[in-house]
Amino acid sequence: MPGWSRHDGHAIAFPLHNVDTDQLIPSRFMSTPRSQGYARFLLHDLRKDAAGEDHPHFPLNRHRHASILIAGRNFGSGSSREAAVYALVDAGIKAVFAPSFGDIFAGNAVNNGLLPACVSDDDFNLLIRSLGDGAELAMVALDRGQFSIGNVQVPFALDPSWRKKLINGWDDIDLTMQHLADIERHRTKLKQTAPWSRPVADV
Amino acid sequence: MTVPRTLLDKLWSAHEILVRADGSSLLWVDRHLVHEGSHHAFARIESRGLPVAEPELTFAVVDHYAPTRRLAQIADPQISYMVENLRNNATKHELRLFDLDDPGQGIVHVVGPEQGLTLPGLLINCGDSHTSTHGAFGALAFGIGATEVAHVLATQTIWQRKPKAMRMHIDGKLGPGVSAKDIALNWIAGLGADGAQGHAIEYAGSTVRELSMEGRMTLCNLSIEGGARFGLIAPDETTFLYLEGRPHAPRNEAWDAARKAWVHLHTDAEAEFDRDIHIDADKIAPTVTWGTSPEQAIPVTSTIPDPKALANGEAEAVRDSLDYMHLSAGDPIEGTPVDQVFLGSCTNGRIEDLRSAAAVLIDRKAKVPGLVSPGSAQVKAQAEQEGLDRIFIEAGLEWAAAGCSMCVGMNGDVVGPGKRCASSTNRNFRGRQGPGALTHLMSPAMVAAAAVTGTITDVRPLLKGGKA
Ligand code: SF4
Repeated sequence: MPGWSRHDGHAIAFPLHNVDTDQLIPSRFMSTPRSQGYARFLLHDLRKDAAGEDHPHFPLNRHRHASILIAGRNFGSGSSREAAVYALVDAGIKAVFAPSFGDIFAGNAVNNGLLPACVSDDDFNLLIRSLGDGAELAMVALDRGQFSIGNVQVPFALDPSWRKKLINGWDDIDLTMQHLADIERHRTKLKQTAPWSRPVADV
Repeated sequence: MTVPRTLLDKLWSAHEILVRADGSSLLWVDRHLVHEGSHHAFARIESRGLPVAEPELTFAVVDHYAPTRRLAQIADPQISYMVENLRNNATKHELRLFDLDDPGQGIVHVVGPEQGLTLPGLLINCGDSHTSTHGAFGALAFGIGATEVAHVLATQTIWQRKPKAMRMHIDGKLGPGVSAKDIALNWIAGLGADGAQGHAIEYAGSTVRELSMEGRMTLCNLSIEGGARFGLIAPDETTFLYLEGRPHAPRNEAWDAARKAWVHLHTDAEAEFDRDIHIDADKIAPTVTWGTSPEQAIPVTSTIPDPKALANGEAEAVRDSLDYMHLSAGDPIEGTPVDQVFLGSCTNGRIEDLRSAAAVLIDRKAKVPGLVSPGSAQVKAQAEQEGLDRIFIEAGLEWAAAGCSMCVGMNGDVVGPGKRCASSTNRNFRGRQGPGALTHLMSPAMVAAAAVTGTITDVRPLLKGGKA
């Protein structure tokens, strides 16, 4: 996964609260292998009518080139399905700004190069007002923790370890492999001090 | 004098291998539970040519796609593909698999405790948000995404930042017909679906001590619906009694050693929490959701909220939910007709849940169709031994095999578009139980009451009839 520290793209407002991962991708699509692409599943049941036709008013249908979402509070709550992040990433979304995120979703996002950035309630309202129904050119400066749409500039909060990971495009498995000796030490100690912690095998 | 520590502190430090400069801890994982949905993670380690680091600590369960009408649904190619995929990965990596015909099969969060895989003091991960359930045993248990599942498979560790600590004191006596489900829906309605975000919740107080393990699991299970990734309850005699003799639990000297270690797993008297919340159990009524977020819950005796009475942003959310749910502001929630009922899930699919529903349904008929899917094959067998299956069947409900079933609809058990379901599950999200499905969350006893009257109903008068 390549790292990034600055992104320029179009931002749109998607101010619903509590957009859960069942909305981001309904469960019936989740058996699809990732190689087939998940873009078409993004927000499927909100975006399309029962006949599978796009709702013309839905923000992502009006602005297909958007890469930044300004979303309502508790975005990505619910299920741990990483497929919700795959759907966003495959649809070209690079950053989501919201007052709060589901914890598991936010971790999954960072693991896939997608920025889950927290903004204050006031800044959220400011961004929503300045965007209206439109799509505006916007800039994300990951290193400085700043987001701007035209003259409107707001700071955003991000866990420092996540910032580093996004910028460097780090893969956790590679990082962890450097600590194999520490892991092995812990494992050995555990076998001595808490042998009960290993499961009894089937009889 | 040592610094007083919370249960979270003790569990965290026992698993911490190292801390990075940025504050992330590398934690040892004692149990890793995988299911059909873990296919992305297996594909990921496959592509890097990595083996599973600790096959002995990794357990695979068929649940999300498990056909509850076994023969009919297994013919569905998508379902059999998902089940087959897990089988192949389990065989390849030599994992213990709880397959469809295994007497230990069931929903992963029911199986773990039931098999004695879940123990106090362990760190438990699973690629499923309701992994918080296992915290009921005093385990550090949390749900993770696919990239993290791949990481645990490959290294038996996980990077994590320590959450803040919240203590929820729940005191007093629950009224008849009121259960752990009602406590949970109540606090989530109070704090919001993101109310506990970033926190691990430790449930404490006299009500929690009185709860059975089933009730404690329901409470911890629903932590995630209030935004908390972790729910925790200090282990006690109730915990130990539940675990002793379970298939994978320690035995003999190992059991004694474990008991000695577990006694220390509680919050020290002087320890401080980032947040303390108090809940009065006496005041809780049977609670139901009316909307599309678990925070949209009210006592069954009250009326559906009116957006006119709310601030701008909130009003819109309420209006949206009412629209989707085909409900009118100001109407009493009681009496809302339902089309069907569902009993099951990792929240309320355990034996005690089925007993409380059966106590309402005995000698009564359901006015609407419904499905009962026990949380595991063991729960099913136990229920059949107690004759609960007869009660459900005679009431007119369908008695099916174990799995996630209509909680998420992946196995084909779905609620039809526009159909209203009284459900013992955990998520009333739009389309969760099927596209266009309308879900009302409630306790198993309340689901049974809805079945009996065909409407959302306060279960308490039905209990007074002396039939429960
Ligand atoms: S029963 Fe529902 S919530 Fe529980 S693990 Fe299965 S799908 Fe998830």
